Amino acid sequence: MLAALLIGFPLLAALIVFSMKGNAARNFALGASVIEFILAVCAFICYKGNPACEQLHFHKQWVQSLGINFSVDIDSISLLLVLLTTFLVPLIILSSYKTEYQNPNSFYGLILVMQMALVGVFLANDGFLFYVFWELALIPIYFICLLWGGENRGQITFKFFVYTLLGSLFMLVGLIYLYNHTNNAAGLKSWDIQDLINSGRSLSSSQQGSVFWLIFIAFAIKMPIFPFHTWQPDTYVNAPTQGTMLLSGIMLKMGTFGMIKWLLPMVPLGLAKWGNTAMALSVIGIVYASCIAIAQKDFKRLIAYSSIAHVGLIAAGILSATQQGIQGGVMQMLSHGVNVVGLFLIADILIRHTGTREMDKLGGIRSMNGNFAVLFLIILLGSVALPLTNGFVGEFLLLSGVYQFGPYFAAFAGLGVILGAVYMLRGYQKIMLGERTDNHSAFGPLASSDKIVLTIVCLVIIVFGVYPKPLNDLAEEGVKLIMTNIK
Amino acid sequence: MIKLIALVPLFPLIGFLINGFFGKKISKGLSGSIASISVLASFIVSVLIFMELNHSVQKSNIVNVFSWINSDTLKIPFEFLVDPLSSVFLLIITGIGFLIHVYSTGYMKEDEGFSRFFTYLNLFIFFMLLLVLGNNYLIMFVGWEGVGLCSYLLIGFWFKNTSYNNAARKAFVINRIGDLGFLLGIILIFVTFGSISFNEVFDKAGTVGTPVITSIALLLFIGAMGKSAQIPLHTWLPDAMAGPTPVSALIHAATMVTAGIYMVTRSNIFYSISDVASNVVAITGIATALFAATIGLLQNDIKKILAYSTVSQLGLMFLGLGVGAYSSSVFHVTTHAFFKALLFLGAGSVIHAMGGEQDIRKMGGLKGHIKVTFLTMLLGTIAISGLPPFSGFFSKDEILAHVYEHSKILWVLGMVTSMLTAFYMFRMLFITFFGKFRGTHEQEHHLHESPSSMTIPLIVLAALSVIGGALGLPEFWGMPNWMHHNLESVILRPDPSILHHETEWMLMGLAVASAVAVILFAHNMYNKYGVLPAAKEEQLKPWQKLVYNKYYVDEFFDSVVRKPLDAVSGFFHKFIDNQIIDGIVNGVGSAVKGIGSGVRMLQQGNIGFYVISMVIGVVFIILLTFLIK
Repeated sequence: MLAALLIGFPLLAALIVFSMKGNAARNFALGASVIEFILAVCAFICYKGNPACEQLHFHKQWVQSLGINFSVDIDSISLLLVLLTTFLVPLIILSSYKTEYQNPNSFYGLILVMQMALVGVFLANDGFLFYVFWELALIPIYFICLLWGGENRGQITFKFFVYTLLGSLFMLVGLIYLYNHTNNAAGLKSWDIQDLINSGRSLSSSQQGSVFWLIFIAFAIKMPIFPFHTWQPDTYVNAPTQGTMLLSGIMLKMGTFGMIKWLLPMVPLGLAKWGNTAMALSVIGIVYASCIAIAQKDFKRLIAYSSIAHVGLIAAGILSATQQGIQGGVMQMLSHGVNVVGLFLIADILIRHTGTREMDKLGGIRSMNGNFAVLFLIILLGSVALPLTNGFVGEFLLLSGVYQFGPYFAAFAGLGVILGAVYMLRGYQKIMLGERTDNHSAFGPLASSDKIVLTIVCLVIIVFGVYPKPLNDLAEEGVKLIMTNIK
Repeated sequence: MIKLIALVPLFPLIGFLINGFFGKKISKGLSGSIASISVLASFIVSVLIFMELNHSVQKSNIVNVFSWINSDTLKIPFEFLVDPLSSVFLLIITGIGFLIHVYSTGYMKEDEGFSRFFTYLNLFIFFMLLLVLGNNYLIMFVGWEGVGLCSYLLIGFWFKNTSYNNAARKAFVINRIGDLGFLLGIILIFVTFGSISFNEVFDKAGTVGTPVITSIALLLFIGAMGKSAQIPLHTWLPDAMAGPTPVSALIHAATMVTAGIYMVTRSNIFYSISDVASNVVAITGIATALFAATIGLLQNDIKKILAYSTVSQLGLMFLGLGVGAYSSSVFHVTTHAFFKALLFLGAGSVIHAMGGEQDIRKMGGLKGHIKVTFLTMLLGTIAISGLPPFSGFFSKDEILAHVYEHSKILWVLGMVTSMLTAFYMFRMLFITFFGKFRGTHEQEHHLHESPSSMTIPLIVLAALSVIGGALGLPEFWGMPNWMHHNLESVILRPDPSILHHETEWMLMGLAVASAVAVILFAHNMYNKYGVLPAAKEEQLKPWQKLVYNKYYVDEFFDSVVRKPLDAVSGFFHKFIDNQIIDGIVNGVGSAVKGIGSGVRMLQQGNIGFYVISMVIGVVFIILLTFLIK
């Protein structure tokens, strides 16, 4: 029941928010998202008590003739991603408190609809349902970017929409293909994940190879992976800050999560055949995007490219199909989600306080606001995965996994470790250090909503950097299960 | 007491937290005291542990703190290892660390970032202690990156100055290059042995093939090269002098930069197995030692001279490690920590007296004005130059004797390095303290000895620099070499070769004679005849220019790494990404659009037509599924 509630509650809340007016909508949305987080924590406690607890599973027949069921289940990895989603959404809503959006009821309502779809993607255990949620997630974010975005929002959002939709269609074809080959216990066709997996595994190597690409492309566009990434920087920069946070903090994890839960177990032979190529793309993307990040002038765009680099490493770890690599991928999804929300909030704070995000025009903010400098530095260190920050354990596991796949891939991927320090520290220096410049106005104290969000992000960075065990245990458990399916 | 080892890093951590959260609200005196006392407390515990360990039969003690990453596939307990090697480093870090904290309370007195400075300094001590206490490579790596962070923060301590910020960033990035090597080394260890805990890994080291061990040793050594500033990753250390002088003494001379030596010594089994790796270490070491020593000859900034001297001495230590003289290198780390910390703090006192001036050409005749500083620095200079019975003499001689067994060529180069060292150090001493004062009247009027918070640490360090050699007296004198015996349990495969006593006497005699000769030469040149370094770069001869400009290594890296990287970034961004990849995407897009506008004519709002096209679409998808077969 809890599993269904996690999906149903945000939708219900969204409907109420749509009908509200002004700031009340905002406050209500915040309250609802906090309750949703509490629900997720309940699920966590439930799971810790008994993983087979029936609260965590929900099955209803949907379209019987086509073998479609509304089945949602909470297992360890999906639990982690639901925790991430429900943890981030309140922070994302809170981070908007200093920005006045027109039609706040629609804005916050759409965020909650988005949350519903995202949770659905992470919980769905039925291929058709997964696809429905997958596409459903695109609709609210499309409107958020289109209605509240920056200057060229029309054209950019359209491109983003078409590009990702196209990718999803490939996935649909792949899933239908698998569905056509299913043959469950009752001799019927079925969308059940296990039936789809069995169907995929019964295919020949070349068939699996085709399915691998059909589905991988959808995920690769969503994350995005080089060379399917060109929609991302423009979209991230033009979207309203909360939209960017949703896209980068949570939505891109749909792709990495999909790879772990859906792609790898379904087509192990396809992976064996094409893993090298996909791995090469991911690893090239790390270095390529890091290099481009160095050349950026706009801090928000810099984070956008750094996100491509990070997600490239996550994908590489997952594609290594090793216990460490996938586990590192899960860990890094969590820390990247938190850190990138912090970074995009910093970009937002910069433009609100100074009117610009151009790093060359900024400078000397540290001497005006020391607390902000410290919070920024901690988030930056998490992002470059310094030990004892949340980014480190994941990065270590990821590189170990990639190393087992091929030492040279790991060495090349590792260049991201160096380049990350180059562009991040350069950005920090330009924005925060040096003498105060005249190009922007004085940088006053932070708004309390910003302070709360940044402080929470920093706490998470340090707490789970020093003590990653609770998350790591869950991730390990889930990945072990996946591993038995991959071999 | 050993069970309480966690207290040692805990005290500075508490100091860090107090100063970090409340530093601005409390007085400078209190802030400095909290920071200093926290390190003193660690020192006291370290001494007690050290004494207990000395009397104990159990030389290697593992203390579990908590389980950091504890899964079936990856077990990384947060464990500390208390053994003779880590306990020596504990004493150096907390002992010298404490003296430098005390010194800093005087040196940084007027600085507005006073409490921030001590916050960073305490954090540094914490991470440095983690580095040497960790019982596995990942804890070591935590400390390793942590001290790198503190180094970054402290080099760029005066963050309004752009060139200081650049120096800080450079240090961090170059260290990250090394760190990547270290990290890959750890991963290779993990993949090979299924563990990264020292005892488990070292036990199994003999069971895997030499090529793997060589790879591990070389990857780890890349990390050591970054942190300990070995060629070609040395360029950050001289720039790091941008930080406040106590930082240069503590981090960039006595402790952090010796982390590489600690790491190689800790991993000595790998290097004993792999001759290739050992040779790489030795050759890199001597090359760095010689290279940096020549640069030291022509520098005029008092801190830069000491910085190059540090690079050179670190090279000498790696030379020792490369020939298997692990305990001798650790001995030299110890004596070097004494006299180099002393020299840097003395330089700080000189700079303090000179009102911020660092150019020795503008000093001169200071010995009469700042007597304590002069006398202590004189002792430090003698110690580094290798005159008996000062500490540097014993440790350096021990390394060179081992080198002699190994290779005569390396020994000759090592001797040359020592002679150069004696020369540039006495050059600095004579130009700074002897002759006439060459600064402004105002400066001359201002000249004064530093407060006792600064001079007392100088005196203590001077005493240690004089008598520190007692830790490792030569065995062929019939004396006990404590350091050597102490570390016996840590060096898993000791070098069996022994030198004849006559040879050892001869080597020692040569070393002393050459040092004396060089010092006399420097005396004649800079004291008797009062030669001064050229005032302007144009007056230098071409070879001097080359050396003075540090062989243009920075410029070289600038043009082969930094500029190409920037160019590649721009090229990727503007051309590949925006033109090619996005061009293709948009091209496909507009092609579809073109087809779309043709198709639009078919859209007349006829529901029947839509149904037909939908059916065609579904059929198409189904066909496609068959085609893939």
